[in-house]
Amino acid sequence: MADNPENLQYTKDHEWIRVEGEIGTIGITRFAQEQLGDIVHVTLPRSGSSFEASESFGEIESVKTFSELFIPVSGEVTEVNEALNDSPELVNDAPYDGGWMIRVKISNAAELDKLLSAAEYDDFIAQQSGD
Amino acid sequence: MRYIPNSAYERDLMLQEIGVRSVGELFGGIPEKLRLNRPLNLDPAMSESEAITWFRQLAEMNQTRVTGGRVSSFLGAGAYDHFIPTVIDTLISRSEFYTSYTPYQPEISQGTLQAIFEFQTMVCELTAMDVSNASLYDGSTATAEAVLMAERVTGRTKVAIASNLHPEYVEVVDTYIRNAGISRVTLPFDEGSGKINPESLAGLSEEIGAVIVQSPNFFGSIEELQRLSEVTHRIGALFVVVVTEAMSLGLLKAPGNAGADIVCGETQSFGIPMSFGGSYCGFFATREKYMRQIPGRLVGLARDGNGRQGFVLTLATREQHIRREKATSNICTNQGLYALMATVYLSTMGRRGVREAAEQNLQKAHYAARRIAELNGFSLRFTGQFFNEFVVSTPLAADDLLARLRQMGIIGGLGLSRFFPERSNEILVCVTETVSREEIDRLVAALEKIAGEA
Amino acid sequence: MEKAVIRKSSNHINQNEGLIFERSRPGRRGYCLPASDVESMPIESLIDAKQLRDDDLAGLPEVSEVDVVRHFTRISTWNYAVDLGMYPLGSCTMKYNPKLNERVSRFDGFAASHPYTPDEMAQGNLRLLKALEDSLAEITGLAAVSLQPAAGAQGEMTGLMTIRKCLESRGDARKYVIIPDSAHGTNPASAAICGYAVKTIKSGSDGSVDLDNLRQVIDGDVAALMLTNPSTLGMFEEKIEEVCRIVHEAGGLVYMDGANMNALVGVTRPGDMGVDVIHLNLHKTFSTPHGGGGPGAGPIAVTRELEPFLPSPRVVEITDANGETTLRLDYNRPHSVGRVRAFHGNFSVLVRALCYIVSLGPDGLREATETAVLNANYIAHHLKDDYEVAYPGKPMHEVVFNDKRQQAFGVHTLDIAKRLIDYGFHPMTVYFPLIVPGAIMIEPTESEGREELDLFIDAMKSIAREVRENPDLVKHAPHNTRIGRLDEAAAARKPVLRWRPASSAAGQK
Repeated sequence: MADNPENLQYTKDHEWIRVEGEIGTIGITRFAQEQLGDIVHVTLPRSGSSFEASESFGEIESVKTFSELFIPVSGEVTEVNEALNDSPELVNDAPYDGGWMIRVKISNAAELDKLLSAAEYDDFIAQQSGD
Repeated sequence: MRYIPNSAYERDLMLQEIGVRSVGELFGGIPEKLRLNRPLNLDPAMSESEAITWFRQLAEMNQTRVTGGRVSSFLGAGAYDHFIPTVIDTLISRSEFYTSYTPYQPEISQGTLQAIFEFQTMVCELTAMDVSNASLYDGSTATAEAVLMAERVTGRTKVAIASNLHPEYVEVVDTYIRNAGISRVTLPFDEGSGKINPESLAGLSEEIGAVIVQSPNFFGSIEELQRLSEVTHRIGALFVVVVTEAMSLGLLKAPGNAGADIVCGETQSFGIPMSFGGSYCGFFATREKYMRQIPGRLVGLARDGNGRQGFVLTLATREQHIRREKATSNICTNQGLYALMATVYLSTMGRRGVREAAEQNLQKAHYAARRIAELNGFSLRFTGQFFNEFVVSTPLAADDLLARLRQMGIIGGLGLSRFFPERSNEILVCVTETVSREEIDRLVAALEKIAGEA
Repeated sequence: MEKAVIRKSSNHINQNEGLIFERSRPGRRGYCLPASDVESMPIESLIDAKQLRDDDLAGLPEVSEVDVVRHFTRISTWNYAVDLGMYPLGSCTMKYNPKLNERVSRFDGFAASHPYTPDEMAQGNLRLLKALEDSLAEITGLAAVSLQPAAGAQGEMTGLMTIRKCLESRGDARKYVIIPDSAHGTNPASAAICGYAVKTIKSGSDGSVDLDNLRQVIDGDVAALMLTNPSTLGMFEEKIEEVCRIVHEAGGLVYMDGANMNALVGVTRPGDMGVDVIHLNLHKTFSTPHGGGGPGAGPIAVTRELEPFLPSPRVVEITDANGETTLRLDYNRPHSVGRVRAFHGNFSVLVRALCYIVSLGPDGLREATETAVLNANYIAHHLKDDYEVAYPGKPMHEVVFNDKRQQAFGVHTLDIAKRLIDYGFHPMTVYFPLIVPGAIMIEPTESEGREELDLFIDAMKSIAREVRENPDLVKHAPHNTRIGRLDEAAAARKPVLRWRPASSAAGQK
């Protein structure tokens, strides 16, 4: 369970963000894709659209369920992972790598402070699964 | 009771076995004061033969082509009397089809699933669209679903609906959109042709998310779909074509080849009895890019672990049991058995038969129209080209004329004043391949006689 | 372990069959129309060439009648069906579909009648509709019935619209509908279409409505409570009167989902409990066939206060000067919610339901209810040592277990369901209601005799043993079907929703 990369930050909605300069790359966690099961479709926004932190930026569907995607920080979408159109299974196979979803230009870096570290997120999902 | 296998004695044994003293005890969870301590106030049970006699009496009180005096009928307007090949009832009467459940368990539902896949393919072929669902309740609810889908796709909350769309379909759309935050405007039709004039759409606002027309329209006229779709697409709206007389697809250009984004309507013409208006079977087809917005069930191809081909219900996350209040529709069932009827019909008639039946409709309707238009005082109300329905202007009040015709054993069509009060001298006449020339001639003679006496 | 003894079924040769399109051969035909008896005109003189089809319908098959019959008969044998055996599907009420109902629904006078037949020429149909309305009003204890809704989900929508119209006439449509977390997914979807937001309330520890929670969420913005009774856990809502009182005192109305009416007919009536609107699934309680997923019918019954708001038209009785009564369709309904479908509802389904009611009569209807509840209790009794009961208490017409004991061996509800197929049964309802993790929901109906029930119980016990002794056998079930578990993920990622000829398929992605 505790293989969530240390260099990422996490939300309680199970998204992650990797920050490089003013650009953040966003996806969902290994735990989230395990809970959803086989991913069959990902609906992502257009490049250029803007979102406030915690707003829904898209939707992810598995065979039997769906979930909204919530953006960890405010920003404008600069790039969308087009590969997910044809291969949504990348989210299952490589959630922290080929399964990334969007890149955003972060508009308020202060919001990053509210996110969880890898260790905090590990604790959070340990509690969740303990329920 | 012959539908309950266990005898009263066996039921007593079962009660003993599970340690319950009486049947009443099984209902212990129901508070005493809520129990109905009397028999239901219904007639005592009928034997099988009594029930047959009673229902037969009811059926024969109806005056149809085959019962109660054997009337000739020229009614259409969304329900059509076409010939139904015998094999349809034979095949849908197989218990494996009609007594099976919704095919959630693909391993033991491949018959139903494959038949629906074939239905979806045939609907795509007839409409020239990419994706068809597994059917909806009927043509009117399919139209309402098209309106709701157009709002999802475009995010626009206004739709424009042709004023010559079936009035009951419009009523159903109104019911569905009333609380959905969608409003509609009406597209007037041209009083000369009976059709929507594409020029009249030019001023439509970009708030409109869909333009919805029926072709052939309620008055029977064939719309100019290509031009209408071009104008519609100019304002970025979806072009929805409704087909109530599916037989027309055997002859007329497929709406998908004329720019339609959604084609929906009613398949009753394909082997489904008129049955006083139901059950019928709505169809719904669209472009591939809108596949994930389509309402209702979809069947798709799948493979098992050994590579064997089969079929499953797919893209289920659109549906109510997963998405609940965010579902693309609240629809739960499709019209499985009736989609099968249409599939068997289209298989039996096939490529040549559908065309042949459609041509006979065209020829017989035009023969009738020619003969009626020759009569003194009668004329065709609209100049638009038609398939098997047309509006006749009558020299006397249509209601009186139709009443006189009924006395002569003829249901002469639908008086339009039912839906359009000002059209009191107009009758919508439908002629299908099941109407003989002799019947048409009898109608013509009757019209002449009644008009002459008036 | 001992090899499982499967008594209900054995492997049997069945026929392979491709798609109907693959049988197509140019020149074959399955139809025979009479020659046209009118003078033909050139088609292009009647319709502009640009309005005519240009593809010659090439996508439809060309097959003989023998091809059609073989094709559909072969694929039919791949289906399970009520006439082959028990469907233990909870909440679906898969009862026997009487053959008499099929016969009468096909009588010429019904099948050949056009929906716009003038009223005086359709008196048989109208009498039939009236008789069914009256019967369902008596069965539900409510004042008026609309037969128009085409299915249960549409009945729900219509019922909620009726409530909305009533509240609007009182001056305020309100904002919310309260729905228990155990409800069918159609409930919230229907509420959304009626413009209501959903407030979910939790079920109490016994699966019933939590009255305290209800009192907390109810206020002047609540339009209605949607309630399934018996609940989807198969339990009667004992405090139903109190529930109705709380909702009514807050100015709201009570909508009952009638999906589980098979537990109540002739024993108790929703109208007497304080319910304002109920929909009935004629394809469940009243024996009309499911048809592999429709058509059904979802009439609604309402109180006298709500009658003016029912869909248009209504069947009304007219008495003339001579005291003769005829029936008419009344379209003058100024307060109606409008139409929910064209014409008069799924008439051919309504004929079957009425035939069921008159064939059973008051005694038979009650006997059916009692037997359905006895059968469910019989199963509950015999399986309680092998599967964990989800909620304590006496079930009515269905019983809900969970897969907790089986999970210890890595086996889940879905696996048990699939293994049941190998034993010759359709699976039970799985993972519903949502409030029971790993739910196993079983509803035998009154149509099963003791032998079939015992075969089912034996199969379930045998599977429970296999789970303990050979879990892999269960996890990879079914083993005896034409096809194994299908890859639903692959099917949803790259959907193939129609057939294409091999030549053009190459051009497709």
